[in-house]
Amino acid sequence: MVIAVATNQTQYLSLENLIAILGRSIALGITAIGQTFVILVASIDLSVASLISATSVLASVIMDGAPAMIVPAVLACLLLGAFVGVLNGLIVSALKVNPLIATLGMSLIIQGCLSAFVSNFAGSVPEAFQIFAYGQIGGVPVALVFLVLLALLAWGILRFTKFGSDIYAAGGNDEAARFAGIKTGRIVVLTHVICSVCAAIAGLYLASRLRSGAPWIGADGVYDLESIAVVVIGGTVLAGGRGGIWGTMAGMLIFSLIDSAFNIAGVDSFAKQVLRGIIIVAAVAFYAIRSKRIVA
Amino acid sequence: MTDGADMQTARRLRLPQINPVWVLLAVLIGAIIFMNPGFTQPTGYMNFLKRAAPLAILAAGQVYVITSGGFDLSVGSLITLVVVGASMLTNNDPAATYWVVPLMLGMGLGVGLLNGLIVCFLRVPSLIATLGMMITLTGLAFMWSGGAPRGYLPDTFRFFGRELIRDVPLVRFIPISVIVLLVVVGLLAWLMHRTNLGRQVHAIGDNPVAAGLAGVPVNRVRITAFMLSGLSGAIAGILLGGFAGVSTDVGSGYELQAITAAVLGGAQLLGGRGSVPAAVGGALALTAIFTLLNFLGLPQPVRQVVQGLILIAAVALAMHRRQQTGT
Repeated sequence: MVIAVATNQTQYLSLENLIAILGRSIALGITAIGQTFVILVASIDLSVASLISATSVLASVIMDGAPAMIVPAVLACLLLGAFVGVLNGLIVSALKVNPLIATLGMSLIIQGCLSAFVSNFAGSVPEAFQIFAYGQIGGVPVALVFLVLLALLAWGILRFTKFGSDIYAAGGNDEAARFAGIKTGRIVVLTHVICSVCAAIAGLYLASRLRSGAPWIGADGVYDLESIAVVVIGGTVLAGGRGGIWGTMAGMLIFSLIDSAFNIAGVDSFAKQVLRGIIIVAAVAFYAIRSKRIVA
Repeated sequence: MTDGADMQTARRLRLPQINPVWVLLAVLIGAIIFMNPGFTQPTGYMNFLKRAAPLAILAAGQVYVITSGGFDLSVGSLITLVVVGASMLTNNDPAATYWVVPLMLGMGLGVGLLNGLIVCFLRVPSLIATLGMMITLTGLAFMWSGGAPRGYLPDTFRFFGRELIRDVPLVRFIPISVIVLLVVVGLLAWLMHRTNLGRQVHAIGDNPVAAGLAGVPVNRVRITAFMLSGLSGAIAGILLGGFAGVSTDVGSGYELQAITAAVLGGAQLLGGRGSVPAAVGGALALTAIFTLLNFLGLPQPVRQVVQGLILIAAVALAMHRRQQTGT
């Protein structure tokens, strides 16, 4: 069926087609916007995938088909995201734990807590909330409008606020930024909060799209690695301090184009996974190979 | 490891410095014996060692990569690929074991070589490179088996993981996997702590630029470290094939357990410090924790949570100690 849809699309190369392609990577885009922030301060977040699973389940369990529970569910998810972000940020900035390990450990904790409670589809999402994933405003999907607005907001924060310039300063040279009077610890915590809240929103979107919460949705989409790859392809440097939101959006576009190309070509799903791994490494290599720094 | 002479003199003045992982291990073993006195019997501790063997071997390989300043997250999926690949290749033919085992070891070395080449020459950070390798290898394992692995491994292949040498004086029996564990760990420990390669691994992890200027072939040493880790993954896969069944998730989670074990053993993330025996101690301690959780009747997901907490706490403690000592 997917192939049929895809072949249909090739016959109608148009704005509609582009929108359809984008629709598949909204969640990745939202996650990647958050990931851009943490990578800009030279941190990284590998816990987004399990957080996405956790929030998608939490949302659909709280809603449980009742439209009245939409607001509490959304608030609970955003709070969970903020809480995880604060924890990540504090572990990284106050306990000085390597961010890779801190967020990998957090990912284990979240996934463990989640699978202690649910192992299958849980709860259900009311019609009203499915608008987030399926609704349209003048022919354009609501989710796409939301993604563009979120990207604009993120761009505005990075470009025009003091917080934004502090992020670049802390990421470029942590020590120099601290000597300049910037509270870099607080910046790191705040960027982690932004990243985790974005992941929580992505979880909400996926719950709305699947009409129910699935505890494997985040790990299945490899959102942790793919969001990092998207950010790096977009020209944001893993060492921090350089990059931006629009690059990330372009990276997301490239990824969704590759994805739809696979679908059109009818690549078997296991082979797709193999190709994905290779493409991610190749894409990062494409940018990293020019750097003279020794990496490990 | 550079101040060995200093430590010798200091040792006479103060109490001997013991790596905290051994204390932790002793406490955990004590707790296990308290809850299950049968553990002091050969059946108890030999089975424990047998179960810990794959993780301990993995940790011993992982510590090379960590000490050299990198991560190897591809070992878990490598285990899966080894088990699935072996079941496909042997095709229930016992005679096939003799060429499948060397082939699998070669595959481990090959994956390590590929990881090393990607990190050294394409300059991809090892975390991304090996995570990408993890996705790729898992996909390959699925492709190879068509999604549903069939058949089982012949007994000749399962020999390494399952068989015992009986009628041994003192301990009654020794599992083959424990012998494999002792040999592999002995070799890796010797290579790390008694040879030039080990010193070079420490040097490039501590400061790759300085090491390069001092004449260390940085790329070659780094690739060797990844190859040793890949080899340990293949060995662990062969052992696991012996006592776990054939499935596409035998290896999942092992990469993080290996890193946790190495970190528990005091290996310093991003390089410069690491010990093979201590990493093995970390692996035994982690297995002991899981055994305890089992005794307490806690479900599987709790293990993940505990492991995550241990991982973060171990690194946080190490950082705290380093800040206090100012090194």
